[in-house]
Amino acid sequence: MSTSSVLYDHPGPRARVRNLVLSVVFGVGLAALLWWVYAKFDQAGQWEGNLWKPFTEASTWTQFIWPGLRQTLLAAATGMVLSLAFGVLFAVGRLSDHWWVRVPAGAVVEFFRAVPLLIMIFFIFYGVPFLIQAPVSAFWAVVVGLTLYNGSVLAEAFRAGIRSIPAGQAEAAYAVGMRKSQVMQLILVPQAARAMLPVIVSQLVVLLKDTALGYIVAFPELLQRGVNDLSANRGNVVAAAIVVGVIYIAINSMLTTFANWLDRRTRRRGFRVPKQAAAPRDDTTVAEPQG
Amino acid sequence: MHVFADPTNLDAYLSGFLWILKLTGASAVLALVLGVLLAAFRVSPVPVLRGFGAAWVNIFRNTPLTLIIFFCYFGLYSTLGVGLSDDLDLNNFWLGVVGLSVYTAAFVCEAVRSGVNTVPAGQAEAARAIGLTFFQTLRIVILPQAGRAVVAPLGSVLIALCKNATIVGTIGLIEASSVMKQLINDNGDAVIPIFLVFAGTFAAILVPTGYFFGWLANRLAVKR
Repeated sequence: MSTSSVLYDHPGPRARVRNLVLSVVFGVGLAALLWWVYAKFDQAGQWEGNLWKPFTEASTWTQFIWPGLRQTLLAAATGMVLSLAFGVLFAVGRLSDHWWVRVPAGAVVEFFRAVPLLIMIFFIFYGVPFLIQAPVSAFWAVVVGLTLYNGSVLAEAFRAGIRSIPAGQAEAAYAVGMRKSQVMQLILVPQAARAMLPVIVSQLVVLLKDTALGYIVAFPELLQRGVNDLSANRGNVVAAAIVVGVIYIAINSMLTTFANWLDRRTRRRGFRVPKQAAAPRDDTTVAEPQG
Repeated sequence: MHVFADPTNLDAYLSGFLWILKLTGASAVLALVLGVLLAAFRVSPVPVLRGFGAAWVNIFRNTPLTLIIFFCYFGLYSTLGVGLSDDLDLNNFWLGVVGLSVYTAAFVCEAVRSGVNTVPAGQAEAARAIGLTFFQTLRIVILPQAGRAVVAPLGSVLIALCKNATIVGTIGLIEASSVMKQLINDNGDAVIPIFLVFAGTFAAILVPTGYFFGWLANRLAVKR
């Protein structure tokens, strides 16, 4: 179904009254709940001006929130570039004709998809220094972790995309004398990237959100600077968490809106993953973002 | 492997994963109930309910889980004094379950709603034509078909939930990731075996789960 409105008729007089009653009842209930939350916070003194005043001061933004946001965006951007490269590489590797490429690539992808990101980051941050006898910066612990995890998810997305392309595309390319690598580079990967664009962008939202895990290894990103450090100075953890939450929601909503716009745009052009081919053929393929 | 030969470490490892499984189980049940309810809200004829569902999804899907869990601890517990248990571990556990559930419910809701969208419009139209009400249409015709379509996405959500459960370590529950961190700090000579055991346990739990849901989805798929 394209719209859910076929689920119910255009409301008649009775349905309109019923909907109104339901709206009012639920609305009042919701308002009561919100009021309760507000009152509880009020009791705890969370709405007092001095807790929120820091956010009207420029120094809060220049010293805490903006530097944190910059680190978050830097880690996310680096992670995005690296994980896209990782994803393409391993998607192609998994589709290789040689078993000695295909099997290890598959194992790597399955492994990193199954391991929680936090475990990866802990290993890189606390474990790898023992191995290389040098400290690993929190930035690289986060970025490498993000790359391995999101890269593996993207690899599956690319693979699903490549397999969804009608076989005639590759056959035609072989027929005009292209080599396997040329078929991949020129014909299959670009089409797969386009078909999977919305999924890829959604996965990048997941990646951006996951930079918040950097907080756990003291990487000075938005959550660390904006909530932890700020509230350590001002004692306004609830206020800080709300402000930082709003910032995250704003950024990610923009990315999600962008993904939806891309989705509609690719659909409008009449380019869609053929229904038969898009369905997983033998094993599970990932077509939705994970995180 | 000498690390895990020590009974204290072995116990820590086992209890770490037991916490992960408990967190996953409790949150999965709560998130499923909440998520299906939210999905029903989002397709309902009442605008306020639709708005509530959309707001929930947009807020919780776009906030990092770490921040949500953090808020559950510092906002709900420290500031508001919402204690969920007298036992400190259990209190952190239930705070974690609350955070994981409200976050995961948003994903469950979206999965179920996209499942509803895979049901051909004719099914709903036919249901309405024989006079079924909205709730009957949803309960008897739409959700059973949608449910079969969302087995694979819900499997992915469950797997993500299990991995996300490690984040509850942030608020002091000694689950698998915290145990691994501690073991790595104490045993610098065996970091690779420690990592492989922890990562391998997750892989051993989650890779088969993924294949199981793929198989189940194939088996239950409505052939159209």
